Amino acid sequence: MSETAIKFENISKQYRLGLVSTKTLSHDLNRWWQTSVLGKDDPYLKIGEVNDRSIKAKSDYVWALKDIDFEVKQGEVLGIIGKNGAGKSTLLKILSKVTSPTTGRILAKGRIASLLEVGTGFHPELTGRENIYMNGAILGMTKAEITRKLDEIVDFSGVERYLDTPAKRYSSGMTVRLGFAIAAHLEPEILVVDEVLAVGDAEFQKKAIGKMQDVSKGEGRTVLFVSHNMASMKSLCQNGILLENGMISYRGKINDVVENYIKKSTDIFSSNIIDNVTWQKHTFHIENILINNSTKSSLFLNNNTKTLDITVKGNTEEDIMMDIAVKFRDKDGTVLATYSPGLYLGEMYDVKTGNFSITDKIKLPEIMSKGVYMLDVILHRPMMEFYLKAPSCCELVTEGYQGKFGRSLIYADEGFIGLDRVN
Amino acid sequence: MPEKWDIVIKPKNGIFELNLKELIQYKDLYMLFVKRDIITQYKQTILGPLWFFIQPALTTIMFMVVFGGIAGIPTDGIPQPLFYLIGISLWNYFSGCLTATSTVFVTNQSIFGKVYFPRLISPLSTITSNLVKLGIQFLMFIAVYIYYIIIGVNVSPNIYLLLTPFLILMLAAQSLGFGIIISSLTTKYRDLTILFTFVVQLWMYATPVIYPMSIMSPQKQFIMSLNPITPIFEAFKYATLGIGTFTIGQLLYSLVFTVVLLLIGIITFNRVQRSFMDTV
Repeated sequence: MSETAIKFENISKQYRLGLVSTKTLSHDLNRWWQTSVLGKDDPYLKIGEVNDRSIKAKSDYVWALKDIDFEVKQGEVLGIIGKNGAGKSTLLKILSKVTSPTTGRILAKGRIASLLEVGTGFHPELTGRENIYMNGAILGMTKAEITRKLDEIVDFSGVERYLDTPAKRYSSGMTVRLGFAIAAHLEPEILVVDEVLAVGDAEFQKKAIGKMQDVSKGEGRTVLFVSHNMASMKSLCQNGILLENGMISYRGKINDVVENYIKKSTDIFSSNIIDNVTWQKHTFHIENILINNSTKSSLFLNNNTKTLDITVKGNTEEDIMMDIAVKFRDKDGTVLATYSPGLYLGEMYDVKTGNFSITDKIKLPEIMSKGVYMLDVILHRPMMEFYLKAPSCCELVTEGYQGKFGRSLIYADEGFIGLDRVN
Repeated sequence: MPEKWDIVIKPKNGIFELNLKELIQYKDLYMLFVKRDIITQYKQTILGPLWFFIQPALTTIMFMVVFGGIAGIPTDGIPQPLFYLIGISLWNYFSGCLTATSTVFVTNQSIFGKVYFPRLISPLSTITSNLVKLGIQFLMFIAVYIYYIIIGVNVSPNIYLLLTPFLILMLAAQSLGFGIIISSLTTKYRDLTILFTFVVQLWMYATPVIYPMSIMSPQKQFIMSLNPITPIFEAFKYATLGIGTFTIGQLLYSLVFTVVLLLIGIITFNRVQRSFMDTV
């Protein structure tokens, strides 16, 4: 039975909004008078004021976190997901002791090392070497530990040549690489990482994610991970929690949590495809878009439906050569398939000025897997110009091909299409 | 099933918590901060550490001209350079530590906001790095001292010289104590910093830096000795130069003041450091 590494008990965090004005002193005095002298409850800790950024707060106080209760087992890699403002960074800040909770407590076993920012404590006047010691010590390493790991850190960061140059001469990429290299060699029992993988170029990101994988899977540490990159969350974490307005709204396996999050952020089910058009050329006016004769933005395909009919109706102020392009994406946004005859066949519609109504029939693959996909609809002249963009405008739910005695393919395991055999 | 937890994070800790174990754990960081403070002061300057000599030298000359010459303020019979130098060195140390500590949260908000280490390390490292500066200025004092002995002026240290490290410690403790208490206010109300800079400037005139206590009337002397750093200055001058006006009683008062100040300072600090990130 794995032991508990971290236990969050009834954690809440309250913030006061607005500037510190003369009201503060009166608030403080009032609060002191009420609590210490009269013995009543704190009048400012009202129940119910939730941190929803879309609503203008009625009172001056807001709960950034409320009633956070959960446990993390030793060796678990937990992803913390939520919209901006959900409370993720606040939770990590409390865990890192940068700020204290308003109520509740956190119990933990072992050392906690936090990576809330890359290069904390870097001083531009100090050399790279001196900064390694400074940053490492700030993160909690002892001098002996840093000396022991110095070669590894320098090697990982690739700044060997510049080790004795002041850090102010470093490029931003070098600073980030060095900062991450130091943090990556921490050896705490519990590691807390907040969106630091979002910085740096592609090569660095690859290296950083690789290192995070070593740390979380290989070395068996307990890791709490916050990121907006769902793909990296899924590959690094086992479980996840979803924070919404400062409260935990879902807890479970990472794939489920991610799905839950995406579902909540892309709320297009009840609308029409045409509502999801994000851009049109000023001379182009779309009237309606239908897929399989439905204007709705959610479509179910049973196994017998082998074609996807897409109809576009509208008006153009000039003569155009138009291609109807449809892209199939999975829930993470990865493109699975493209329909664009204008692009690869060179066949386009010659649309004259005035109204138009065009229907294209897309032949769907014979063996398609069961899953939920998103469609992008783009009307364009390939390589030349765009007329309309409607990314993620329709959700496609497929039943999946099932022939004879077999079972349907599942996208997550088997991909988008199944290949047939030559008889 | 009672489990043993290494870390417990709670809304409030005890009022008086001086987690010495944690401070010792971070001693490497403390040393690195001291090193950083010293290095960055004179990196990329031509004169480098020479500035530690030039500033007090120039100030001494200015004092000699303005206070000694134009205003005609006596210096207790001690040669003017010696008198002013010792006062200036001690005052530079005190005011430097005080100013740095009083804005420690605001100055370090970016680093305090990203990582945890015992916040007390920051002011402690400032006090230590300023000691180095004091040491260098003291060397200059000794050099001038030797010059005066050579040319035959009657100045000599006495047994109270042994007290001097302790006096420095008291001075450091007071700057820390005052600084902490002020810092808890400046994080919330920034304009207090401006007011405070002004107060420090005035404070110098309320301390026997430019003038000796001996020129004051007994009533004024009593008022002056209410300033807890006054006895330290006079005692230091007595210990090194042989002339100074103070009583053991005044020194004891200063000592008690220091201890109480530190206690209040630590209590205030503990409360501020937990919540300042929300209000800074």
